[in-house]
Amino acid sequence: MSQTFILDGKTISFADGQTIMQAATQAGVFIPHLCYHPDFKPHGSCKLCTVKVNGRQTASCTMRAIAGMVVESDTPEINAERLALTQMLFVEGNHFCPSCEQSGNCQLQATAYHLGMMSPHFDHFFPNRAVDASHPDVLLDFNRCILCSLCVRASRDVDGKNVFALSGRGIKTHLIVNAKSGQLADTNFTLDDKAAHVCPVGVILKKRRGFAVPIGERTYDKQPISATAKAVAEER
Amino acid sequence: MNAPKKKLKVATTSLAGCFGCHMSLLDIDERLFTLLEHIEFDRSPLTDIKTCSPDCDIGIIEGGLCNAENVHVLREFRDNCKILIAIGACAINGGLPAQRNHLPLTTILEEVYHTSPGLMNGMIPNDPELPLPLNKVHPIHEVVKIDYFMPGCPPSADTIWKVLTDLLAGKEPELGHGLMHYD
Repeated sequence: MSQTFILDGKTISFADGQTIMQAATQAGVFIPHLCYHPDFKPHGSCKLCTVKVNGRQTASCTMRAIAGMVVESDTPEINAERLALTQMLFVEGNHFCPSCEQSGNCQLQATAYHLGMMSPHFDHFFPNRAVDASHPDVLLDFNRCILCSLCVRASRDVDGKNVFALSGRGIKTHLIVNAKSGQLADTNFTLDDKAAHVCPVGVILKKRRGFAVPIGERTYDKQPISATAKAVAEER
Repeated sequence: MNAPKKKLKVATTSLAGCFGCHMSLLDIDERLFTLLEHIEFDRSPLTDIKTCSPDCDIGIIEGGLCNAENVHVLREFRDNCKILIAIGACAINGGLPAQRNHLPLTTILEEVYHTSPGLMNGMIPNDPELPLPLNKVHPIHEVVKIDYFMPGCPPSADTIWKVLTDLLAGKEPELGHGLMHYD
């Protein structure tokens, strides 16, 4: 780990092949992200992790670190763009935190807190999306989907089941279930699947565990999401 | 000679809300006495004054817009208050009342007044005094300019206290982790 680059004025070490996101997280520096997950190949689609490398914008989850590069992340300009992206995610779906079981454990919500999102700013779409309660153990609430594709990657790459896919293009992109009926009950999806545990928002929810942990005592109630990177650094 | 400091006029209302945010305002407890040294309530369910004075300093709006009267009241507040604050989830994104937004209004009225079990000779209310419902419930920032937002369902007493005291001190309100909650 002799190679380094500069991130917001701080020297960050990295190993060959590591991305900016991986190196930053190891060093305890938090870069906001939604579609990135350390266990999976990066998707580079949510753009929350956008940084400036030598003055040009790029996704830090897909960009490999190069010795001597100068990276800006925690700047008013980039954070304002991250905030606008987050606000767009909120108005495109139906994100009603008070009635969501994921509230307090939700990465979208915690990221919005981190970015100081006081309002959704834009006009709401209020889309009409049905829920899928067909599966005996799992509820799918598509109203909250942010199209991060983590369940798609987990089901395909880890579980080997291809239960989920993103269908359609542009604003019409949506999450689908790979069954003739389109229902989760008609797939071989189980609670043991990796895909059952990677949703950063409240789409894939285990049934019959509502309020097992009270509101106010959940993951991001206790500590801000930026503390997750520090925890990774301390474990090393 | 120092003139006595003028108290700020604060107006409040609940549109399509449940008054939970007003309850949370009362939940600042004895700090209300400190607050009342700096402010006086104008139009508010707390005073039962029905219209805003033209020189209100702060307007606090709970709830979203579900009918024409809500829009009328919101515009009255915007016309008469220098600073308008949205308080709570419903004012900010429609909240619970907005859960009807994916259903056509006629379907809802039909079900509530005609087809629900146990109803006989039901009639959809049409008294001209009743405000007409909007097709969808809307957050208030979609209709008028809102200056500050207090998220939460409801925002905690400490959150409300922080925003109000920051404003009274002439500062931009800042919440930070612990006071910022959407739930």
